[in-house]
Amino acid sequence: MREYLLRRLVYFVPLLFLVTMVTFSVALLLPGDPALAYIGEANMRDKTMYDAMRKELGLDRPIPVQYAKWLGRVLRGDFGRSIRTREPALEGLMARFPVTLHLTAMAMMVALLVAVPVGVLSAVRPNSKADKVGTVLAMSGVAIPDFWLGIMLIYVFSVWFKVLPPSGYVPVSQGLWPSFLSMLLPAIALGMALSAVVMRQLRSSLIEVLQQEYVMVARAKGLAERLVVGRHALKNALIPVVTVIGLQTGRLFGGAVVVETIFALPGLGRLAADSIFFRDFPMLQGVVLILALAVVLANVLTDLLYAFLDPRIRYR
Amino acid sequence: MTGRLGGTRSRWLSALLARAVQTRGAGFGLVVVAVVLLVALGADLVTPYHPNQPQQVGVLSAPTLAHVLGTDQLGRDVLSRIIYGTRTSVQAGVVSVGFALITGVFLGLLAGYYGSWIDDVLMLLVDALWSFPTLVLALAIAASLGPGLTNAMLAIGIVFTPVFARLVRGQTLSVRERDFVVAARALGARPGRIMLLHIWPNVTAPIIVQTSLLVASAIVVEAALSFLGLGTEPPTSSWGSMLKVGYQYMQQAPWLSFAPGAAIFVTVLALNLLGDGLRRALDPRLLSQGKS
Repeated sequence: MREYLLRRLVYFVPLLFLVTMVTFSVALLLPGDPALAYIGEANMRDKTMYDAMRKELGLDRPIPVQYAKWLGRVLRGDFGRSIRTREPALEGLMARFPVTLHLTAMAMMVALLVAVPVGVLSAVRPNSKADKVGTVLAMSGVAIPDFWLGIMLIYVFSVWFKVLPPSGYVPVSQGLWPSFLSMLLPAIALGMALSAVVMRQLRSSLIEVLQQEYVMVARAKGLAERLVVGRHALKNALIPVVTVIGLQTGRLFGGAVVVETIFALPGLGRLAADSIFFRDFPMLQGVVLILALAVVLANVLTDLLYAFLDPRIRYR
Repeated sequence: MTGRLGGTRSRWLSALLARAVQTRGAGFGLVVVAVVLLVALGADLVTPYHPNQPQQVGVLSAPTLAHVLGTDQLGRDVLSRIIYGTRTSVQAGVVSVGFALITGVFLGLLAGYYGSWIDDVLMLLVDALWSFPTLVLALAIAASLGPGLTNAMLAIGIVFTPVFARLVRGQTLSVRERDFVVAARALGARPGRIMLLHIWPNVTAPIIVQTSLLVASAIVVEAALSFLGLGTEPPTSSWGSMLKVGYQYMQQAPWLSFAPGAAIFVTVLALNLLGDGLRRALDPRLLSQGKS
């Protein structure tokens, strides 16, 4: 296990290096001149000011030098200053990160609350009516675009029934219940696809586990079906589900871009979209890098959790 | 020889499709996909009105018999725009996944066949691209290239390349050790010939399934990019940009956001069902029970 962990960590050094290169290149290719954006339209004819800004930002240096300097600053936690708000980019990123984390965590909870009971019911009675309903739900959940689901949810629950807020974010510090209500619709919109994926995975792995000998032994010794499924089968069937959830983290963060835009949530996803439209290079680099690091971290944790949960796994 | 192989291959594909559509879901998927393709190809013939021309009925008109899905904020017929949007979505799905397929297969074959440091470097690159959330990377690339359908398709193609590269690499690793490849190598065949004529035909089966599923994802990503203003540019109609307008006029004209979303949903559902059917048809356990 220790050797596996070390091998993974060694692999992640060049991987992270490449991730930073891609992040830097993407922002570098964005149309527009960062120096002009910083000095503003009013000063765009002032050549001295423009040259001074280019020098300050290091844009007069060769691209590899610019990258090395940027990477050095990022490693010290300095993502530069936002072109739009003039605040240090890291401050803006740290203020937005909890919102995206809140949204994705709640979307995961919604997904599991829907997927586990339906997945178990489908697996325990395969080809029954409940299973067929579950399959239709799963297929629809995968196919429904999160941004369309979000719009429909706003229409039904906010415009039509007026029971939930259509947009805006209430932090947990301002009350648990209002915060929960403000996040409910976005979490459903974002979590539905994940719930469908988890549902399908849980169904197929539970069906497989329920056919194994130790489950037959549990049944033969007269254990109630509820205990056979709950105590013996479900635990092992959840192992591949953990992997699926881990691998879906990227999808959740990606989905957050549109869902946060629709529900006007001040998270990293909306910040990414805003940064692109305002040509806010430092902020965009920060968002893309943080989200990529979060996905890499989620993948490592999934790997480790998988090895921890299943003692049969031997990594060589 | 090539002709005979070509005939065998098309017979294999027909048999595969016939096996895939044996379930009701996959059959439905195939019919819907066929209808979507026909609508995309014959959009000019089936649209009741010009998609970009304002209609006499006025702006934001509710559905009527003359305009079954109503009109948008500029008075254009929504149904006609949905029909033309089919063309945009199909184009986005096919072209972007086609790009990802070509680059991914090329990288996967190289990595899988040569192994060693070539494999390490290429897979590191693929993993680095795969580390970014799909939509975030597609958004950033599309922003770098500038708005427009072509750039959006290129961005989606780049983002999906790792999927094919990983898949083909894995398949190539197992196929390259098989007797017919070893024999070809022993006879002095060049690596390019071995990869194209001997390995590639044997790794296509899982790629067919993945292609169907990725076209569905590409349609959703293109719609998301258009929704965010980085995909199709006005006045060209696309389901994503129509949803954006629908979202802006949600209170006054809810029908505007319903129809394009439903079009995406049904198309993606059909492609997923077809992909599922193909996967089942390619499962060796099910194959052995079949007539082939």
